[in-house]
Amino acid sequence: MSGRVVKVSGPLVVAEGLADANMADVVRIGEQRLIGEILNMNGDSASIQVYEETSGLGPGAEVETTGAPLSVELGPGLIESIYDGIQRPLDKIMAIAGSTITRGIEVPGLDREKQWDFVPTAQVGHKVSGGDVIGTVQETAVVLHRIMVPPGVSGTVKEIRRGLFTVTDTVAVLTKDDGTEVELTMMQKWPVRISRPYVQKYNPVKPLSSGQRIIDTMFPLAKGGTAAVPGPFGSGKTVIQHQLAKWSDVDIVVYIGCGERGNEMTDVLMEFPELIDPHTGEPLMKRTVLIANTSDMPVAAREASIYTGITIAEYFRDMGYDVAVIADSTSRWAEALREMSGRLEEMPGEEGYPAYLSSRLAQFYERAGVVRCLGTEERRGSVTAIGAVSPPGGDTSEPVSQATMRIVKVFWGLDSSLAYQRHFPAINWLTSYSLYLDTLKPWYDQNVSPDFMRNRDWAMAVLQEESSLNEIVKLVGQDALSPEDRLTLEAAKMIREDFLQQNSFVDIDNYSEGQRQHLLLQMIRRYYDLSSDALSAGADVSQLFHIPARARIGRAKSVPNDEYVETYGRLEQEMADEIEIIRKQGGDD
Amino acid sequence: MITEYKTIQEINGPLMVIRHVEGVTYDELGEIELPSGEKRRCKVLEVNGDNAVVQLFDSSTGINLANTKIHFLGHSLQLGVSEDMLGRVFSGMGQTIDGGPDILPDAYRDINGLPMNPAARDYPSEFIQTGISTIDGLNTLVRGQKLPIFSGSGLPHANLAAQIARQARVLGSEGNFAVVFAAIGITFEESQFFVDEFRRTGALERTVLFTNLANDPAVERIATPRMALTAAEYLAFEKNMHVLVILTDITNYAEALREVSAAKKEVPGRRGYPGYIYTDLATMYERAGRRKGCPGSITMIPILTMPEDDKTHPIPDLTGYITEGQIILSRELYRKGYLPPVDVMPSLSRLKDKGIGVGKTREDHSGTMNQLFAAYSLGKDAKELATILGESALSDTDKLYAKFADEFEKRYVNQGFQENRSIEQTLDLGWELLSILPVTELKRIKEDLIEKYLPKKEQ
Repeated sequence: MSGRVVKVSGPLVVAEGLADANMADVVRIGEQRLIGEILNMNGDSASIQVYEETSGLGPGAEVETTGAPLSVELGPGLIESIYDGIQRPLDKIMAIAGSTITRGIEVPGLDREKQWDFVPTAQVGHKVSGGDVIGTVQETAVVLHRIMVPPGVSGTVKEIRRGLFTVTDTVAVLTKDDGTEVELTMMQKWPVRISRPYVQKYNPVKPLSSGQRIIDTMFPLAKGGTAAVPGPFGSGKTVIQHQLAKWSDVDIVVYIGCGERGNEMTDVLMEFPELIDPHTGEPLMKRTVLIANTSDMPVAAREASIYTGITIAEYFRDMGYDVAVIADSTSRWAEALREMSGRLEEMPGEEGYPAYLSSRLAQFYERAGVVRCLGTEERRGSVTAIGAVSPPGGDTSEPVSQATMRIVKVFWGLDSSLAYQRHFPAINWLTSYSLYLDTLKPWYDQNVSPDFMRNRDWAMAVLQEESSLNEIVKLVGQDALSPEDRLTLEAAKMIREDFLQQNSFVDIDNYSEGQRQHLLLQMIRRYYDLSSDALSAGADVSQLFHIPARARIGRAKSVPNDEYVETYGRLEQEMADEIEIIRKQGGDD
Repeated sequence: MITEYKTIQEINGPLMVIRHVEGVTYDELGEIELPSGEKRRCKVLEVNGDNAVVQLFDSSTGINLANTKIHFLGHSLQLGVSEDMLGRVFSGMGQTIDGGPDILPDAYRDINGLPMNPAARDYPSEFIQTGISTIDGLNTLVRGQKLPIFSGSGLPHANLAAQIARQARVLGSEGNFAVVFAAIGITFEESQFFVDEFRRTGALERTVLFTNLANDPAVERIATPRMALTAAEYLAFEKNMHVLVILTDITNYAEALREVSAAKKEVPGRRGYPGYIYTDLATMYERAGRRKGCPGSITMIPILTMPEDDKTHPIPDLTGYITEGQIILSRELYRKGYLPPVDVMPSLSRLKDKGIGVGKTREDHSGTMNQLFAAYSLGKDAKELATILGESALSDTDKLYAKFADEFEKRYVNQGFQENRSIEQTLDLGWELLSILPVTELKRIKEDLIEKYLPKKEQ
């Protein structure tokens, strides 16, 4: 049963004679077999969004439904792949079509030829149901791929094999309760727009450590939480997203380049195989899945790319892993939604975006979380969702930023004036927030130090005070300030320059572990406390600013990782001694 | 057999509706023949049953509904490409207009190009020395980058672009280079400035020019940059040349796009520009770059004038989100007489980090770059404070910063359009300026580099 195209307008095609098709089915159009998805149905005519360029398509072209909604293939072979928005492997496309992406290429998401070493863990006679692990495959050096019974399937293991298999080979046979048999392969399919089932959701209580001081110490994100990074162009959104993809202490990273620059994906592709993950000692690529719909690739597939990415993340979550989904940028996804909505002649909401923008965004972020996975054995997994937002002109009053801010719990607001001063990461400490501070506090108290949160709160208070004092300085000049206030300004400067600033292009400073962050901030606080004491004993404030240890704290960031504990300890002692001398002098006057 | 239609039903600005068509496809090219025999071209924007909506690439003046014929060519808009295009001048629609013979094309290429597979891209990392300190030292350009110039009306962006085209060199390589220049809705004088400049430096025979001037049809502008990029892709990826593409002025292009969108009665986005303008601009800008296994490259310098010098206007804003940085010109510096008036603070080159350092420029490049930025920023703050509270309110360090900011503008920024500085000269000048500040302030530079490069102060 096939239909015929009657109208073509950019990526929107209307076809008739599709009474058999279901809403949201994937269809194939014309001789080139372009891939599309049904958006609307009216009688036997359907509006279809086409994931490829429609140039050359006209009325009369044949439309055929595949009878299934847009789905992804899940199984061994996902890791280290780079996919387009509808899970076609871009490296395979390159092998077929060369440097550019031509149309109508059909390549399955998972390699059909490659054999994987399947090690069974279930035994004949076991009763298994959806989510139960029947075996494992060592997919890469760091990822043990757990082969699970697909959701909704259950029965008794009748047969289970061991050895090398492709993803379509049968590895186990189940006898269902009604006596029929099901053959299980290592691959399962799942529709991208439906979230994968789990048993129960929990509140996130563990921090996601990223090695970035402003994130981990000031505005922490929890594993299973949601965060947004809005900022104007040039403020370093992509660098932050890349840093999170590189250094987060999660098991799997799904990076979605949604409507962004081609060279950024190339950068990831070239850099990740070289970079070593500090947590595993293996290249970062060995835990990464990339989805790329760059800004010159068809816009309809951009809308799908976000769902493709989060579905893959949920699949790894179901194995009991911590997964981070990083989407750069959700604004491009929203614009793709707007473009299709406009072509469907829907009534526009704010700024031309469709009225369902915020509910779609909420649905996406709500797929994050810590869950008890499906399956008899108790397993917990999490999906952390981090989305970049690119507000026009950097003005976050626009609909996509506003809708995002209503949902996410962590907000890292980027600031172009910080970027101009080359203060990176250019996250503005006055506008950003994290709603996980309270839920994460017990973890920090137990695992880092009870002082950790206290220091953090102190640092925030100093920065806040700095901003008020700066108002006064602008009016009356620095001389009008009391020595105490000048010390506060100096402490704020230290927090900004010596702690928050972090150069992602300098190897040592690239990643800063939790304990190191704590000790560094502790040292700055100690400087403040001791100087404060000295001031009340009558010491001269500018002398305190010029002790040799002060300049060396400024360089403490670049101390090699294996020496910092010792160096910081020594530095703190020297600082205390130097301040003590000044304090005594002050007392003598 | 070619079917000719005489069924034009409606003309509305650049759009026409044609009825009873058969076998017409989306994006197909059409040719319109007026009763006078004059031919004009159009492309299909929408087919709905047997109605087609087409967009003219020319004015609709003189088209008669009853007597005008139209036929469709079975392919989208194409450009005939050949190496002989070098040294020639074309109209905005790709016809030769310099009086010379027509080009014998090697091949025809769809002007829309195809998206480049991100897995097939090669990351740009070859340093281009433009001889301009503010670019080489602080916002380094690399081969295969797209780096726009954000300008304003009356600012000398043309001189800057010409200076880059004239001086740009890749150190240690004398590759096969070419310039592709597209004039999009600019004036004759501005276009002639570039032609004269290319002629004067002898680059004209390595240049392909596409000109759509201000008095040419606005809708033609939608095709012009794509024509230019198609020629550039051919030269770069099939003839292995290093191509520098200059597109000026993107603002005119976006306005043409808006005109067509308004005629189509589409839901407008910000400031009346269509919602898909981001994607539309991206499909042009993203054609710059390098491909694996191919020695050629496309480096792109689009120029746009920001309405009211407003960086948040949709055109510079969306451009900034796609391109790999931006060079912003400052009216204040221009008024002070500092040329080229590059405002270094908001300017940025995203690809600089892979193009600088040991083996590319010099080991001290990265550190001094960050230090110069930070110092200039603090210096400007100090100067601002001094205007409110008077010089005496500044601390001694702040006074030095203020002095640094002045000297920086006077010597580092202000080099004129003729001076060609080597990267060593630029870096050394940076050190000289940094020596104004106390050494303890140079926190962004490694100590051993300070030791090695900082000019020793005379006691």
